[in-house]
Amino acid sequence: MDFLFTSILDGLMLGFVYGLAAMGLTLIWGVMNVINLSHGPIISLGMFGVYLLFTFLGMNPYIALIFVALFGLLLGIVIYFVAVNRVIDAPHLSTLLATFAVAMIITGLGTAVFTASPRNVDYSLGSVTIGNATIPVTRIVAAVLSVLITAGLYLYLHRTRSGRYIRAVANNRSAAELMGVPSVRILALSFGIGTMLAALAGGLISTLFPFTILAGGTYELKSFVIGVLGGLGNPIGALFGGLILGVLEGIIPTFMPATWVPVLEFGLFVLILLVRPQGLFGAKKS
Amino acid sequence: MILQLEGVSKNFGGLRALSDVTFDLPEGQILGLIGPNGAGKTTLFNCISGVYTPTEGRVIFRGQEVTGHKPYDMAKAGMARTHQIVRPLNELTVRENVIVGSCFGREGNGLTAAGRIADEVLKFVGLDGRRDQLAGSLNVGQKKRLEMARALAARPYLLLLDEVLAGLNPSEIGHMVEIVRNIRDQGVTIIMIEHVMKAVMSVSDRLVVLDYGRQIAEGTPQVVANDPQVIEAYLGDPDLALRLMRDQARSQEST
Amino acid sequence: MNSPQDSSVVGSAPKVSWREALSQNAGAYVGLILPLIIIALLTIWPTVTGKDITRESIFTIMLSIALASSLNILLGYTGYVSFGHVVFFGLGGYVGFYLMAVQGWSLWPAMAMGGLAAGLLAFLLGKAILRLRGGYFALATIGVNEAMRAFINNFEPFGGPVGMTLNFQVYRDYGGAAQALRMTFYILAAITFIVILVSYFVRMSKFGLGLLAIREDEDAAEVMGVVAPSAKTWAYVLSAIFPGILGVLFFFKNGSIEPVPAFRLNFSIEMIVMVMLGGQGTVLGPILGGIGYQSLRGYLLTSPLFKNIQLAVAGVLLLVIVLFVPAGVVGWLRNRFPVLRRILQ
Repeated sequence: MDFLFTSILDGLMLGFVYGLAAMGLTLIWGVMNVINLSHGPIISLGMFGVYLLFTFLGMNPYIALIFVALFGLLLGIVIYFVAVNRVIDAPHLSTLLATFAVAMIITGLGTAVFTASPRNVDYSLGSVTIGNATIPVTRIVAAVLSVLITAGLYLYLHRTRSGRYIRAVANNRSAAELMGVPSVRILALSFGIGTMLAALAGGLISTLFPFTILAGGTYELKSFVIGVLGGLGNPIGALFGGLILGVLEGIIPTFMPATWVPVLEFGLFVLILLVRPQGLFGAKKS
Repeated sequence: MILQLEGVSKNFGGLRALSDVTFDLPEGQILGLIGPNGAGKTTLFNCISGVYTPTEGRVIFRGQEVTGHKPYDMAKAGMARTHQIVRPLNELTVRENVIVGSCFGREGNGLTAAGRIADEVLKFVGLDGRRDQLAGSLNVGQKKRLEMARALAARPYLLLLDEVLAGLNPSEIGHMVEIVRNIRDQGVTIIMIEHVMKAVMSVSDRLVVLDYGRQIAEGTPQVVANDPQVIEAYLGDPDLALRLMRDQARSQEST
Repeated sequence: MNSPQDSSVVGSAPKVSWREALSQNAGAYVGLILPLIIIALLTIWPTVTGKDITRESIFTIMLSIALASSLNILLGYTGYVSFGHVVFFGLGGYVGFYLMAVQGWSLWPAMAMGGLAAGLLAFLLGKAILRLRGGYFALATIGVNEAMRAFINNFEPFGGPVGMTLNFQVYRDYGGAAQALRMTFYILAAITFIVILVSYFVRMSKFGLGLLAIREDEDAAEVMGVVAPSAKTWAYVLSAIFPGILGVLFFFKNGSIEPVPAFRLNFSIEMIVMVMLGGQGTVLGPILGGIGYQSLRGYLLTSPLFKNIQLAVAGVLLLVIVLFVPAGVVGWLRNRFPVLRRILQ
């Protein structure tokens, strides 16, 4: 029983971070119907951003996150204009391959510079004990920051002018254009925010686990599952999708070998796509 | 009767797009389907051709109930249609577009026979000069004729024409009306949605009028043209509408 | 516009004389010449030079051509983006390998079963996931591949995470390891030849025309009578069978099979890149794409300048193609020189 409690708690903590990782992917899908296959490598860049600032400049990882976020935003805007804008209205295959090409470029350069050997951010805030469960404080901080960032995104999308523009473009791009929304700038901004969220998630994950330049790929696949759970195109739903995935990952190993987790995850993923493509919580678009 | 509609209704969520449409269509006639924008004319076409399943009611085609059948079942059964907003297969040539119609329509022809039919039909609609061009490169008028050619190549029993005259210039309209009459004379039954009043009045044997999804009138062009309810529903300016429709009805009588 | 009285539109189907049919068909084979010459040259080259290393690199190229051409039936003709197509290669490979390594079957029936398993999976999956369109279908195929890999990873009869290995003795039945290697090359050449023929005849058939109609506008195609659900499913099955067969051949040659290389998602994407590079929806495209991609990759991997960043360079090239030459080499040539259309199918 205690073991189950610990697993669930562990899963929940991780689930918030998973949710954050998926949020950028699902925001981009929702706004421009693009599946961003460079999502994983950008998560990796977020990890290395924190790692470099912490290891070589001795910067506090949470301060480093601010720089990582800025970098992610700018990188996303650049990627949008270089790779996505030209094919935004082309068939899906074009944007899939364009973002995959970006993934190849990032991974290729990243591997050349950092090699594929594992790194970790050697930073600890101790741990707390709840009942019989011992939880590293970094995990709690990561979970809390994920929730705060999600809340920030929600407020941004609903309370600011550019946030409202983003929602308008997501809803109906041509109608938004008719009403004078500068759609290209909004699309670029959305892409930038999407990659910023990915980089932030990567930065937070780097304080929890060791990683390599290829580690983002795992989280990209998880993000697909989460995105579909929470409803592709529904960034806030991603947080709930993340929690579900986190808890599943916590519970499943208590009654069957942990290696079965991905079988169930991806089985569930395909099933939900088939039965409820708008996600468990619905989304603006299906 | 080639087509019978019994109380056909269609809801979208809470919105009732069609309610209780009922009429019979004898073989060999041209039925004009008219009504203001948003009256549910294209929705009715979609219910007949299997794109939508009616929420209530029955569709009977050549004596068989076909309610809720798939579009390809309807095509094989001998129904063909054109789209209001043209849907050419852009990356295929004009000829290939028409071959698709012949291969997968009622007759299910092989490629060679379909090629022959395509050439014939393209000549008939006047697109034979453009048969090897990509369909995407045609202008709107040509695309409308392509839609028509594709539908004809299927050699249907019933042809549904959705605004084939819209966007054409007066001389093109004349040609198209001739084509429609000629198709009817060869024994094909036709339902046409049309906004060009003069044309639809002159070519139709009967008219059905829809307004807000309801069928408000049915009958010969003369009867419908004199129905005050139609005139009121149909045009903002009843006097003008009355004059216009009477003119047309009279001109049709004289032909 | 002609006078409408010119011709009857509702008469019976015109009779086609056999002479006419023959001449039309003879014309129809023109597009097959170039693909078959290329495959023949690729087959003969290592035979003439007699170098094993040449044969090995051409094996890779030919495998790419066969896989890309299979995928093209779904991707290029039907317009459905299967991102996880490697699942058929992996599953077919596993089924055949199991039959050879554990049940002691010989290569031929194992290859047949591998193809059958892949085709069956595609048939069952097709009924379900081909309802999804655009990005959703692409995502679902990724999900299927990942689920399959994770499952095989846990499936003890197939060796779980460590996979299976062929006993070296097995190759003795084929005249020793060297002889077996040579044999796999010619089997591959034969399969590639068949794949190209299938791809060509699908492209030229009524079935293929239905697929192209689905690619262009699925709803309009259905209204014209194309039975899209079954056409799509058969296209999917057809595009899955050959990867299944090739999986068995590849892992037979390899001597061992493991979940990670068998279901490598990037391998799927490489296939897509080859199809795009050469020109999707054409018979010749995947052939040129396979040759171009593998030659380039070979060059980048060995070039001292690009060795370390070969992935990034390949990415830049892919991006340039997607952004500026989306129709691929063959598509570009067809658009640029319409005269060549008959030859460049």
